Amino acid sequence: MNAKLIFGMTITLSLATAMPVQADSKSPYLDAKTAAIIKRDFRDKGIAKADRVNQDELQVACSKYRDDMPDGTNDMPNRTKVNLEEKQLKSIKWPADGNFVGDWKAGEKLAQSGKGMTWSDKADEPAGGNCYNCHQLSSKEIAYGTIGPSLLNYAKKHGSREESERRAYGHIYNVKAYIACSNMPRFGSMGILSEAQIKDLVALLMDPESPVNK
Amino acid sequence: MNTSNVSKVVMLLALATSYVAIAAEGGVSDSDRIAQYREMISDGNPADFDEMAGEELWKKPGGPKNASLEKCDLGKGSGVVKGAYAEMPRYFKDTDRVQDLESRLMTCMNTLQGIPEEEIAAKPFSTEQKNSDISTLATYVVGQSKGIKMAVSVKHPKEKEAYEIGKRIFNYRAGPYDFSCSTCHATSGVRIRMQDLPNLNVAKDAQAAYTSWPAYRVSQGLTRSFEWRLNDCFRQQRFPEPKFASEATIALTMYSAVNANGAEYAGPGLKR
Repeated sequence: MNAKLIFGMTITLSLATAMPVQADSKSPYLDAKTAAIIKRDFRDKGIAKADRVNQDELQVACSKYRDDMPDGTNDMPNRTKVNLEEKQLKSIKWPADGNFVGDWKAGEKLAQSGKGMTWSDKADEPAGGNCYNCHQLSSKEIAYGTIGPSLLNYAKKHGSREESERRAYGHIYNVKAYIACSNMPRFGSMGILSEAQIKDLVALLMDPESPVNK
Repeated sequence: MNTSNVSKVVMLLALATSYVAIAAEGGVSDSDRIAQYREMISDGNPADFDEMAGEELWKKPGGPKNASLEKCDLGKGSGVVKGAYAEMPRYFKDTDRVQDLESRLMTCMNTLQGIPEEEIAAKPFSTEQKNSDISTLATYVVGQSKGIKMAVSVKHPKEKEAYEIGKRIFNYRAGPYDFSCSTCHATSGVRIRMQDLPNLNVAKDAQAAYTSWPAYRVSQGLTRSFEWRLNDCFRQQRFPEPKFASEATIALTMYSAVNANGAEYAGPGLKR
């Protein structure tokens, strides 16, 4: 056993005894310990590899703070929120042709599908949009979730046509550019859906013939 | 086929029929359907069979040491099963760590029966083909706490620490979808599709949810343990797989169990 190792062990031991468990929620010691436990206690399964537990800057901040609670219990400092949202906005790749709208029927199929990216999904199976899991998108579909807001009549609610389309595309591509800690995934930035698929979902939100606006 | 097997088949058929009939009604939330369903079969839960099978396993000598688990200390002394689950997870002096039920069963199967822990952890959950011994044993043990008030302690520093770490894991966002437990379980009155979601940060929801696990899942035809419940949540969270009865799942269980304190334990439950 070399001196460096003994020194390291002594430090670890003294840290362990010097840091009593704190009852309050802000404890860097417990934060570090939690991170180490998570890194150790998760393993590869199917397409879900162990490195998925590694967090990016936004995930770290949004594990600590909230900015999206409807009951007003938000505690994220405003400067952190603005900084995160600016960075996320930069990750949005806007369509090169300036057209935001695809096929609403393909969008509806995508919205119904909750598949994708779990360890029981296959790598070659494309992910669905998971939209109905959390949003109401049709007055006919009764099996809709309520974690996100109802999107019924979306086209009529968000200003001019071009503004609405751009807003819808941006929110689906990376909602965190608008609400840093939103519960919704970053479908474009995280590579869950393609640009064409996002356009189909924009069409679902915007087309007057789609169930969203009927 | 013996009499108990025949009665099991008859009961399962009746269950499947009534479940399909209820599921076919539109415009009713899953919880309402399950409530109706529970009423229809109030005289029996298929998990009862697993409780009986678990009791047999508990008493039967097995493993390389050909010993039973009857001397297993689940926290209330050697061999005391009654009420043990209502106080778990808890700190155990002999292992110097906090353990949930499955973790503790693994310790007992290892020390008393001589079964290697890796062998037990390799078959953590029941499948359609084969029941998992540890899962079946868990069903027996939890049944012995039915009607007893949940009283999980955070007095020992390691218990308090497990709770605090569990809370952090609950809020830990990661993976391709940025999900954490709190994505679905930190708001009251929301649902995914038709499935109502408990807010596990508040006592009322946490109590109702936690005290109903383990549970017989009608859609799967199996009794599922709490470790399984956490495992499947992480699957849907798009996380990698949590190791069975690891410090991470024990801490999360601690967080859920303490939030459920004060409620009468009501499992094994019955779910869609």
